[in-house]
Amino acid sequence: MAVELTADQPAGFSPPAAHVLEQTLAIARRAIVRTTRQRALIVFPMIFPLILFAINGSALSSATRIPDFPTHDYRDFLIAMPFVQGAMFVSITAGVDLARDIESGFLNRLSMTPIRGEALLVGQLGGALVLGVIQAIVYLLVGLATGVSFASGVGGALVLLALSILISFAFASLGVLLALRFGTGEAVQGIFPLLFVTLFLSSSSLPRNLIKAPWFRDVATYNPVSYLLEGLRSLVITGWDAQALALGFGFALALLVIALGLAQAAMKSRLTRT
Amino acid sequence: MSRFVSVARGVAWRSIHNTLVNPAILVPSIVFPLFFLIAFAGGLSRISDVPNFHYPPGYTAFQFVFVFLQSAAFGGVFTGFAVARDFDSGFARRLLLSAPRRSGIIAGYALGALGRWALTGTVVTIAALIAGMNVDGDGIQLVGLLGLGIAVNLAAALWAVGLAMFLRTEQAGAVIQMPVFVLLFLAPVYVPLSLLTGWIHDVAKLNPVTPVLEAGRGLLAGSPVKVTIAFVGLVAAFLVLSAFARRGLASAERAG
Repeated sequence: MAVELTADQPAGFSPPAAHVLEQTLAIARRAIVRTTRQRALIVFPMIFPLILFAINGSALSSATRIPDFPTHDYRDFLIAMPFVQGAMFVSITAGVDLARDIESGFLNRLSMTPIRGEALLVGQLGGALVLGVIQAIVYLLVGLATGVSFASGVGGALVLLALSILISFAFASLGVLLALRFGTGEAVQGIFPLLFVTLFLSSSSLPRNLIKAPWFRDVATYNPVSYLLEGLRSLVITGWDAQALALGFGFALALLVIALGLAQAAMKSRLTRT
Repeated sequence: MSRFVSVARGVAWRSIHNTLVNPAILVPSIVFPLFFLIAFAGGLSRISDVPNFHYPPGYTAFQFVFVFLQSAAFGGVFTGFAVARDFDSGFARRLLLSAPRRSGIIAGYALGALGRWALTGTVVTIAALIAGMNVDGDGIQLVGLLGLGIAVNLAAALWAVGLAMFLRTEQAGAVIQMPVFVLLFLAPVYVPLSLLTGWIHDVAKLNPVTPVLEAGRGLLAGSPVKVTIAFVGLVAAFLVLSAFARRGLASAERAG
């Protein structure tokens, strides 16, 4: 899709909405092509959560013998984890891609054009969104193939896909924010362990009410990642749990809005600086 | 011999120095094992309530042994990353040109890995003791556990250094790391082997890391099991991986 980017508009000129949409789509197309061309970026982040799912799904299966464990098959409990873990990998992909544009000077060159910051920001997330969709579908299919059954039925599987994609988009926005703030891929990758910590310090391996150490249970309760996992998990184990879903969607949306809002401000500041 | 020692000492000093002065290298290598200890020993302690789970020192000690040996293995793996980085920066090629006895380079990196793990292992042990870990083994048994850690660290370092010399790029990181990670997690990490079921039980039974982990847990609990098997396996791994690393060095020499 060719986008006409003319430099002779007067200062303060605001392009019409259709123009902004075209700009967004052009940037998104570039982001998607770039992401799909880097197969290592797709394969490794997708496979790693599946390896952990396969290993922990069997290695921790005896946890289902703990009194009050909510399911008899640990894989039903664990299937939520690859979705969130994959979303965290998506955040790094999105962040590193944008950081590379900053480091290579591509963003500087774009700032010389009339392209809008919002178009640049949302467009950059296009590749991450595609990655999130592919991952969510693969994880769902692998889960079904390994015997995970949905208490909420086919509708629940679709809602799980929607929530998973929203979570990926939210984490991708966080990755973009980090890239805009720090400006280097190395810094974005350096943050990744912290994201991983939030996953492990949540209800990822056991339900919160079965966590024995009180301090760990408290940390998991205050950790929003627990609610993302529990929202996804409720569709598999419980069925239609309005509270778990509201919290899951709510925290994912909150992360998206906050990260995108801050990223937009950071983008403005970076475009001004350049 | 003195030339071998001087090369090994120089490379080891540089490797340890780089680790200590670079927070980007030092912090993850300390934080990750600590974080695994917290996540496993804290978050999964309820697993010890599973019927037939029997480990007298408790779940923190049960997980400590895994994290201790894992940190040893990753001390070696991270050294492989440093070797790959040295090839990317061109330093390794200059080192190959200047070293009078090149096999000392492998020994130096392996010693560097040991120095790096000495710090991480100490921090992890102190953290576990602060968390209330029970130690039922006597002094000799604890030295045995330390010996297992050293052997695991050296074996992992030889694997990582050898592969890094074959591949000579930082992009080899995942290839170096993944087999070690998978091998470690295909052992009885969360529960004893007897409580594993299905394919993971069959795989864990054949996994060479399993006797090492069981020996470590036995030594910490004061009731040693499979210690001879573990050490024989590690010595065999050391010999095979030494030859592998030597071939990696030869490949790097040929590449120039």
